[in-house]
Amino acid sequence: MRGADYVIKRVAFAVVTIAVALMINFALFRLAPGDAVANLSRVPHATPETRLALRREFGLDKSRGTQFVLYLKQLAHGNLGISFANQQPVSSNLTAAVKNTVPMVLLGTIFAIVFGTFTGVIAAWRRGTAVEGVSVTTALGFYSMPTHWLGLMLVILFAGTLPTGGLTNEFLINPSFMTHLRDLAAHITLPALTLGLVLFGEYTLIVRSAMLETLGEDYILTARAKGLSPWTIVRKHALRNAMLPVATLVALSLGYIVAGAILVETVFSWPGIGRAVYDAVLQRDYPMLQGAFLLLTISVVVCNLLADLLYFKLDPRITE
Amino acid sequence: MSVVIHEPGAVAEPEATAARGGVVWRAIRRRPSATLGLVVLGLLAAAALLAPWIAPYGLHEQVGPVFGRPSASHPLGLDDGGIDMVTLLMWGAQISLLVGFAATAFSMLIGGTVGILAGYFGGKVDVILMRITDYFLVIPDVPLMIVVAAIWGPSLSHIIIVIGILLWTSTARVLRAQVKSVRERTYVKRARALGAGHARIVLRHVLPQVAPLLIANTVLTVAVAIFDETALSFLGLGDPSRISLGKVIENAFQRAAISAGAWWAIVPPGALVAVIILSCSLIGGALEDALNPRLRVAHLGARSFRLRPLVGRSSEAL
Repeated sequence: MRGADYVIKRVAFAVVTIAVALMINFALFRLAPGDAVANLSRVPHATPETRLALRREFGLDKSRGTQFVLYLKQLAHGNLGISFANQQPVSSNLTAAVKNTVPMVLLGTIFAIVFGTFTGVIAAWRRGTAVEGVSVTTALGFYSMPTHWLGLMLVILFAGTLPTGGLTNEFLINPSFMTHLRDLAAHITLPALTLGLVLFGEYTLIVRSAMLETLGEDYILTARAKGLSPWTIVRKHALRNAMLPVATLVALSLGYIVAGAILVETVFSWPGIGRAVYDAVLQRDYPMLQGAFLLLTISVVVCNLLADLLYFKLDPRITE
Repeated sequence: MSVVIHEPGAVAEPEATAARGGVVWRAIRRRPSATLGLVVLGLLAAAALLAPWIAPYGLHEQVGPVFGRPSASHPLGLDDGGIDMVTLLMWGAQISLLVGFAATAFSMLIGGTVGILAGYFGGKVDVILMRITDYFLVIPDVPLMIVVAAIWGPSLSHIIIVIGILLWTSTARVLRAQVKSVRERTYVKRARALGAGHARIVLRHVLPQVAPLLIANTVLTVAVAIFDETALSFLGLGDPSRISLGKVIENAFQRAAISAGAWWAIVPPGALVAVIILSCSLIGGALEDALNPRLRVAHLGARSFRLRPLVGRSSEAL
């Protein structure tokens, strides 16, 4: 198979996946017990006329097929509906939430990549020593902890030292730019650290495995036979190839990062997309839940596509 | 990727059945960490199963003040309802393990069937089944679980189905690769030449060969399922009438155990979940390493995403 074919195939796959996600998204919420009106009009004695009017307003009197077409049309215009909870457009709610989530998730992921790669390489390099034992045990420990529980442990440890909830200190009135920034940094530390530590465990284990596999290759033996120093071998020969899977790791682990973000934001009341999902679940705010799910799915699918293309760029052999 | 577990031919002998069961045990015994994991998991499971008889207090029995401190009669203190934490943990572990194993059984059934059918028949069946698997692989499972659980309503059986229905993909892929290599072995071809039907070949010759790998996958999936149950419970989607470990954590969090300084209500349940997941990972990891070294990288990501096998990636995709 040639390269172009591979790229086209991957893109087509992503497009179909998104279409499937759209259908799931439409169907799932139509299967919800009671239609939107039953859930929305919590008015105890709504007259049949009121119900009918509401049903018409939400387009629920039309057939399923028409509803799906309407849904797609609205979606194409960026209309995700109105949140039941705060009567704002779902799209603007989501935009605000994403703005808060992205920095937190980025910070945590960067932390995990830097420390995970470092620890993983050291562990593989020092195979069979106490260093490896300690690194692997630590990584496995963090890997096994439920994300939200780890967050709560950090809250117990750092309560009083660092803020444990919210985005900013509400009591700072008109703070100067630097104060505001310092306040934000203090608030972002614990959520980002929680996410970072869980991912750190995972990345360490994977980098170590990839590195061990590479260190067993013949060309490493050759390099050793040439008399290169161990550090040169690791840095110039092994790490480059071991980084191949790691490069795509971040995008591939996005599904997990998403799950982690939902839990972390719930623990730390971080007003991001995860917290929005949690609130939507609690309030049975279906339009919000639907919009958030669609957004998360599309981001994960797109990132997977990017990972595939990146992998192809780094290692064109995969199409052979 | 063909990975040979046994020499072909040696397996067709009748006494090989015992040897195959031995594969699993030997892999665990050879590695001290896996042995430890098995012992710990066994002890916890025993304590959880025997909860109705050996739990020190009743599950709904208020035996002291709200968030009572740890003492000689209550080594881990009391929760927000004045219920003994040790009792709560034993019952909670029972439900968590039940969810973990039931959801896993469910997903093994789907994953095993899909993997074996795709690998054994190949061709169109393979392409279609693997395409479906790919879609499930890409869609982020935790958000989908949340959506389905939120719409369907909280109940233990719903949680089990929701988790089980989304966790089978990695099993299907791993088994398919293995079955593909098994069906090319001489003894399978001989069986076919002797006129054995598909059902007989799959059940008598293929399934026993991939069983150890299926067991390894089961153990790893149990860890994922328990993690997911804990997460769903924490988000308020658990069965309100059944106390799982995830529910214990959620209760403590919701009732502000932390501000009350009651660390004993929140540290032990999470630590217990971590120990269960750790034990499963150690056992499953050792098994997979022993059975299928090529997948060493893949299993580590089992909880969150499945790293595609590093070698022969494109031939896997088709």
